[in-house]
Amino acid sequence: MNAGRLRGLIRKESVQILRDPSALAIAFVLPLFLLLLFGYGVSLNAEHVPVGVVAEHPNPQTDPFVATLRRSRYFDVHTLPSPAAAQIAMARRQISSFVWLRSDFARQTLGSGPATIGVALNGVDANTARLVQGYLTQSWQIWLAQLQQEQGGALAFPVGLQTRIWFNPALRSRDYLVPGLIAVIMTLIGALLTALVVAREWERGTMEALMASPVTMAEILFGKLLPYFVLGMGGMALSVALAVFLFAVPLQGSVLVLAAVSALFLLVALGMGLLISSLARNQFVAGQIAIVVTFLPAFILSGFIFDIRSMPLPIRLITHVLPARYFVSSLQTLFLAGNVWAVVLPDIAALALMAAFFLGVTLWRSHKRLD
Amino acid sequence: MAALLALIRKEFLALLRDKASRFVLIGPPLIQLLVFSYAATFDLNNIPFVVINEDPGFAGRQVVARFAGAPAFREVAALPSTAGVAALIDRNDALLAIHVDRTFTRSLLAGRPAPLQIVIDGRNSNTAAIALSYASDIVLGFDAEWVAAHGGASTPAVLDVRAWYNPNLLSRWFVVPGIVGLLTFVVTILVSGLSVVREREAGTFDQLLVTPYRPWEILLAKATPGLLIGSAEAALIVAVAVFWFGVPLIGSLAALALGLELFLVSAIGIGLMISSLAATQQQGLLGAFLFLVPAIILSGFATPIANMPRAVQYVTYVNPMRYLMVILRGTFLEGDGIADLAGQYWPLALLGIGSLAAATILARRRMS
Repeated sequence: MNAGRLRGLIRKESVQILRDPSALAIAFVLPLFLLLLFGYGVSLNAEHVPVGVVAEHPNPQTDPFVATLRRSRYFDVHTLPSPAAAQIAMARRQISSFVWLRSDFARQTLGSGPATIGVALNGVDANTARLVQGYLTQSWQIWLAQLQQEQGGALAFPVGLQTRIWFNPALRSRDYLVPGLIAVIMTLIGALLTALVVAREWERGTMEALMASPVTMAEILFGKLLPYFVLGMGGMALSVALAVFLFAVPLQGSVLVLAAVSALFLLVALGMGLLISSLARNQFVAGQIAIVVTFLPAFILSGFIFDIRSMPLPIRLITHVLPARYFVSSLQTLFLAGNVWAVVLPDIAALALMAAFFLGVTLWRSHKRLD
Repeated sequence: MAALLALIRKEFLALLRDKASRFVLIGPPLIQLLVFSYAATFDLNNIPFVVINEDPGFAGRQVVARFAGAPAFREVAALPSTAGVAALIDRNDALLAIHVDRTFTRSLLAGRPAPLQIVIDGRNSNTAAIALSYASDIVLGFDAEWVAAHGGASTPAVLDVRAWYNPNLLSRWFVVPGIVGLLTFVVTILVSGLSVVREREAGTFDQLLVTPYRPWEILLAKATPGLLIGSAEAALIVAVAVFWFGVPLIGSLAALALGLELFLVSAIGIGLMISSLAATQQQGLLGAFLFLVPAIILSGFATPIANMPRAVQYVTYVNPMRYLMVILRGTFLEGDGIADLAGQYWPLALLGIGSLAAATILARRRMS
């Protein structure tokens, strides 16, 4: 590789980037826009869930239970006159679950017991339904504990369960989603930045002009890679700054390790984009492949939102060839847990291997040939 | 009419001309349907946990056995003290640790609250919340058995929880109908988002303009392949969802078909609008991306719209995916018919008409 020629190519590429604002927009405006939108928009924390309450005979026995539900920050309680009304409200999606205290509630709780509290959940969104079920169980336990305190007697719940949640004590879903979002966004940016540039040179015929010059294929590729790498790292820095200062996600790990992992990931993403575009040589196909093999897998298979541990084994194996998976795992750990080398080092090794693979294959597949 | 048909034929040929373009339209969606449908789940079936049982009595063993026997839990280690726990959790080898205090059995027998501690990895907050609710169910089960066997307060009221529409709370039933919409959406936006700008870059759009075709005819011809390919693909994906993944489709097929067609029209309209605005294919692709990504993430596909802040919820009203998600889940799981979904149909129709009109105007303005 000739340093002078490489410098020349890098300058050409940089001038092109500065002249065409779309690359700058991809690197800086896109992460800003996406992170703001998703950081605020994506949440798995269900709060103020509309819950219907049907108390067939409201009385001093049912009131404390309903009051416990009202006090919970997870619920917005709607009082309904009858189970039939609750069913209609449920079908119209006005409430997502309802609690039914039958007319014999007071008699059962005071007498032969136990009374049955009917709970109907809208199970369509199974995840939210399960969370709501958990919150309802919590309220029920609080109510029982209060009852026991007032009336004395033996413990209703002999086991005193204490839970400690590490890394994210309030279970803010934003703290776990924002680091993953950075990975999804960087995947997009890396692929978009490069997938289009090489394919564009082929389509416009300027690749032929480059080939007629004495530069080697390796020089052409590195000349393209370096300026986009710098751009991508700029976008990454912006994303991290937003996560920490705007969304208040704690960054427990070191910035240096974060930068190293990001640099490796960006090399993989750019290498993948270069490979796609030098194979496709057509912006339509390159763009489609870029979306299909980068964004959607990064969204669904990376562990950003769906836990990889819950996937069936064949799918878990597939996730191992996905660069975003390693980046998401490192980001979540670096942000929330700190420099856990047992997690970060294998991720770094996998990303380094992938970077070498993609850049190597791109180099090997790109010949100075016109067909 | 014959002239219009010829134009539509030309659009099909342009789209399906080479092997690579044909493949990206059909291959990836099918592969993704299979992979994503298996992958996209919030259900926990494999919670690795570590046990620190310092209790010499029998109750500690019983409570640990309850966890080990639960289908969703898997014991990975038993440690004598809390010393090694942090490393196991840090490394993701264990999601949670169950620590039975040495006074556990003694306290239970004495009628004092028996201390049981659970430490859980909160990095994935959703997994942690679900795992905690499983754990608390197990402890409740233990409590009930203990009270029954050793006396104590009988609970004055118990919860009887039923889940409607999805009795076993399988997240696959929620996710797979969503994937039907997701993949159909991606294909149609890609087909329509580049159709005008590709010809403009090649210079053939100007040639089209000097023909006697009117702008709306040109746009109609460009919309047709997307509509047909999108419909065919949606039908195929719905069939796979029902017959392969066993997701029940209890609502009206007509309501589903109507919803999908209205959705396709609005998605194509938005795609053509982007395409008419763009000057280069790169801009067209970027525009398609810039619409696609937020539209997917803010559709309610994976995270509920109800959890979003008000302002973002208002933004989702211009997102056709939002309405499609309700239609898909309504027809698949809740047994909705056309009348139940009217509130979703008219915004889609409005978005479709608006975006197609805008695309026609934009394409014409670009011409002059």
